[in-house]
Amino acid sequence: MPQGRSQAHDVAHRTRRRRRLAAVGAASLPLLLGGCQLPTFYGYRGQTSQAHDEFLLYAGTVIAAIVVGVITGGLILWSVVRYRRRSDAMPRQFQYHIPLEIFYTAVPIVIVLVLFGFTVFTENKVDNVSPTPAVAVKVTAFQWGWRFDYTNQRVFVQGVRTDNPDPVGLNGSTCTASAPTPNDCLGPGLVLPVGQTVRITLVSNDVVHGFYVPQFNFSRYALPGVTNRFDFNVARPGIYRAQCTQLCGLYHAQMFFHVVALPPAQFDAWVTGSQPQPDQGTVAQPAVGTGGTSGAPASATLPTGATGAAASPSSAAGGASSGGAPTGPAGTAPTASSPARTTPPAGSAGAARTTPSTASTAP
Amino acid sequence: MTLLQHRPPAGASEHPEHVEHHDEPTFVVKWLTSTDHKVIGINYMVTALVMFYLSGFMALLLRVQLSSPSGIGMSLQTYNELFTMHGSLMLYLFAGPFAFGGLANYIVPMQVGAPDMAFPRLNAFSYWLYLTGSITMLLGFLTSTGAAAFGWVAYAPLSTSAYSPGPGADLWIISLFLTGFSAVFTGVNLVATIFYLRAPGMTMWRLPIFTWNMLVTALLILIAFPVLTAAMVFLWTDRHLGTHIYSVAGGGVPVLYQNLFWFFGHPEVYILALPYFGVATEIIPVFSRKPVFGYKGLVFATISIAALSTGVWAHHMFTTGTVLLPFFSLLSLLIAVPTGVKFFNWIGTMWRGQISFKTPMLFCVGFLLAFLMGGLTGVMLASPPIDFATHDTYFVVAHFHQVLFGTTVFAGFAGLYFWYPKMFGRMLHDGLGKAHFWTMFVGFWLTYLPQYVLGLHGMPRRVATYPPGLGWASLNMASTVGAFMIGLSFLIMLVNLWVSWRNPVPAGDNPWDGHGLEWFASSPPVHHNFEKLPPIRSERPTWDYNHPDARTIAHGHGAADRELVGAGARGASGTGDSTTDA
Amino acid sequence: MKIEARLLVGVALFFLVTGVGYWFWSYEQSGTVMLIGAVLLGLVPGSYYLWWSQRMTPRPEDRDDGTLAEGAGVIGAFPGSSIWPFVMGMGLFSCALAAVFGLWLLAPGFAAVFAAAIGYTVESRRGGTI
Repeated sequence: MPQGRSQAHDVAHRTRRRRRLAAVGAASLPLLLGGCQLPTFYGYRGQTSQAHDEFLLYAGTVIAAIVVGVITGGLILWSVVRYRRRSDAMPRQFQYHIPLEIFYTAVPIVIVLVLFGFTVFTENKVDNVSPTPAVAVKVTAFQWGWRFDYTNQRVFVQGVRTDNPDPVGLNGSTCTASAPTPNDCLGPGLVLPVGQTVRITLVSNDVVHGFYVPQFNFSRYALPGVTNRFDFNVARPGIYRAQCTQLCGLYHAQMFFHVVALPPAQFDAWVTGSQPQPDQGTVAQPAVGTGGTSGAPASATLPTGATGAAASPSSAAGGASSGGAPTGPAGTAPTASSPARTTPPAGSAGAARTTPSTASTAP
Repeated sequence: MTLLQHRPPAGASEHPEHVEHHDEPTFVVKWLTSTDHKVIGINYMVTALVMFYLSGFMALLLRVQLSSPSGIGMSLQTYNELFTMHGSLMLYLFAGPFAFGGLANYIVPMQVGAPDMAFPRLNAFSYWLYLTGSITMLLGFLTSTGAAAFGWVAYAPLSTSAYSPGPGADLWIISLFLTGFSAVFTGVNLVATIFYLRAPGMTMWRLPIFTWNMLVTALLILIAFPVLTAAMVFLWTDRHLGTHIYSVAGGGVPVLYQNLFWFFGHPEVYILALPYFGVATEIIPVFSRKPVFGYKGLVFATISIAALSTGVWAHHMFTTGTVLLPFFSLLSLLIAVPTGVKFFNWIGTMWRGQISFKTPMLFCVGFLLAFLMGGLTGVMLASPPIDFATHDTYFVVAHFHQVLFGTTVFAGFAGLYFWYPKMFGRMLHDGLGKAHFWTMFVGFWLTYLPQYVLGLHGMPRRVATYPPGLGWASLNMASTVGAFMIGLSFLIMLVNLWVSWRNPVPAGDNPWDGHGLEWFASSPPVHHNFEKLPPIRSERPTWDYNHPDARTIAHGHGAADRELVGAGARGASGTGDSTTDA
Repeated sequence: MKIEARLLVGVALFFLVTGVGYWFWSYEQSGTVMLIGAVLLGLVPGSYYLWWSQRMTPRPEDRDDGTLAEGAGVIGAFPGSSIWPFVMGMGLFSCALAAVFGLWLLAPGFAAVFAAAIGYTVESRRGGTI
């Protein structure tokens, strides 16, 4: 059956040509990885340097997957359309084609190994932990909230579920005023400096939680008994919503937090303002904006269930009027945006479940 | 040359008093006492389908809740219970048992030419364990504290008594005991049947692919399920006997639970997938009128998938920060290779065939496309950095639903449509079957494609509500609409079953021009399956018997088209040695 | 029998290589222990089959040219119908529920399991072959 044989060869050739295209696609990954203007494929480009590395791997992998998927899916659909039954003629009963079989085993191995190479390369960059981080934050997850300890600065932020005890925003504004949507501000705020290496040390107090910041393209479990460490180098100031991803009990769906990435000067001002002030004793800890043009101070210890502007402690320094930004879970937009150096209230609306939301001195 | 051979001691003729039970019990007594693998197989399938419909109904409730940011006011506890039960029912009580308890139980003994499973009473016993296990799991809904609500993975310490008190969680654990033992017994039974009860001439290299896949699945069951049972024993002792295996306070290691669970859990994924690969590999050749392409390569691919799947458990734990990323990443990526081989086997089988699109074949094409998408996103998730970005989001939900729905539902119901005529001797309506397929196919893509986007935008899984204003509501609504299309499609299937029950269309013994020995038996088969057998000279003896002039040509290339009979027919003496009736 | 034996021994060898590699790469105990378990799962029956496959003549189902006539004889015992699997299943169900609802359920559970064990044995003595 010479004709059949040559047709079989044609098939092989055609397939081979297509597979060669796939190989080209895989080989052009490095080129693609160099360029920054890849389509996002619905993913985030990433707001940290680690996240950006991940994004490049993601985009490259998606492209490779599309190439492979189109070829394979095309072959499936082609066979389905082309070889649908038209007559009762008996098709040729062939079963093996060794060269073709070796070919379609070898090509995926090559693709996969190339992918593995890029994976290890990216993974090492993402997981790389700097020996000298500029800021170290210990993140403790618990049911159902987060506590962020700035261990060297003696400051911590803590909040449960959807309440937002720490409405720090960009450029001295409130969080809800500076975030893309008010709901990006749910939960306690993890304030980070831009452009510096931040070391996160992640632990859990009770069950397994997931520390996940979508725009950082990163998640990590908070495991009881395990201490995880990783670094972020945030690239741009912004408010980035975040959430627990690992089912942790009843209120898992509401275990929000958000990242507030501030320029270093603002970050330092926030830290200073949140530190204990010698003249305040132990009773009141109003947050303090410490001069400069930008210091969005942190909030103080609140009476439980305090809401809105009424709970706003008066500003000890700066003299700016209270912003009065409502920061309940619904996240309505603030009505009166305040100038810089406000002392926004930390309304923890109806979230008095466990710990009062605080941002105060570390013990 | 006489092709037909009676099996010499065909039982009934020599020992009628022992083997053929002419006073076969009926109805309830039959259901309670039968050890016939066919009856047990159907029992399994019916039970599994009940679980499937229940679980699907729960999925619809979940989707209604998620269709808008605040939902329909379902309580968080209810939501957590429902998704836990949806996952548990689908994975433990439908997908696995439907394959290895239902289809395999019915089909494997027939495909190897055996009168029954090797241990018929063990077979019946394992069905009762499965049924009682299913009841046990559902009993949780009747307890005052509700059913288990810690997800189908039940991560410790959330599943320990401190965080999940109450009998619902205990019932869930006990249920996995029972169904775990049931699965192990069925696995042993399948291995023994395939090793010891093959008909003469049915060598290992002539086993139909479905049987091969079931053998490999059974080995995986034996590797994986004892680990699950052990994990559950530890969990139970932690809950009730005060041990501290998973609690930090007592010096335990919570992450051990994840290691144990996923050492079971990832093979489990392939325990669910491999049988359905086998189903698709049975159906595609029949409707393409060709032998399966690359039979031996396909078998090796199956074995490689199974072997690799046991070394990749920690790719579910990339984000724990406690596992060796490159090892698990490499093995996970390598699974793509044999899976790709399978795809080309399926394409090669259709290639230059004469494909008729009856309902089972249509479902198989749906399976190929669904599994292609699910497989490709699976390769992406095998890469730890990408997993970091999408772990526990709807991206993962969409991925594994595409894989598992693609295999267990598309291929599984392809199998049901395919073998239903054999089991009941009547056809299912082809038009209704196609309506079922197209509704489900459209609903499937509409349900899961938006979920990929949701996941990439950061929507976590297992949340009952989500904040408004993030642009998630419309995608979720689309997903809900798709889910209801899937639900509708399964109502069509019920109609189809009802129609075939009310107005039976006789199927005949071999309605699809099938390949395996099961098509040689009558429909439905007699008590011990075969009164006569054709000579077995390839992996498709019934085809060879019906089409003596269309034997397999081993190689599609080469100097000559040698007329080798079937795979591995080294002697090539296949056609000449049949004898007359003994 | 050779192919069956090779399959099982192959399982053992694969997990041996994987397990050794895994141990020396990660020094993680639980995974290594489970991989060793998988090695044993393949090795124990596999070596038995291998030992036998060297000493037995291939069965008709192991040979490409095996004919049905060669398979003549008793295949095995296949009981027709039996209530005992059901009884034993219910017994185990009861025992399992005892872990949740109270230990008193062990009593009917064990009773049913023992009854079924005896029933099985008696039935097997009587049982038929095919």
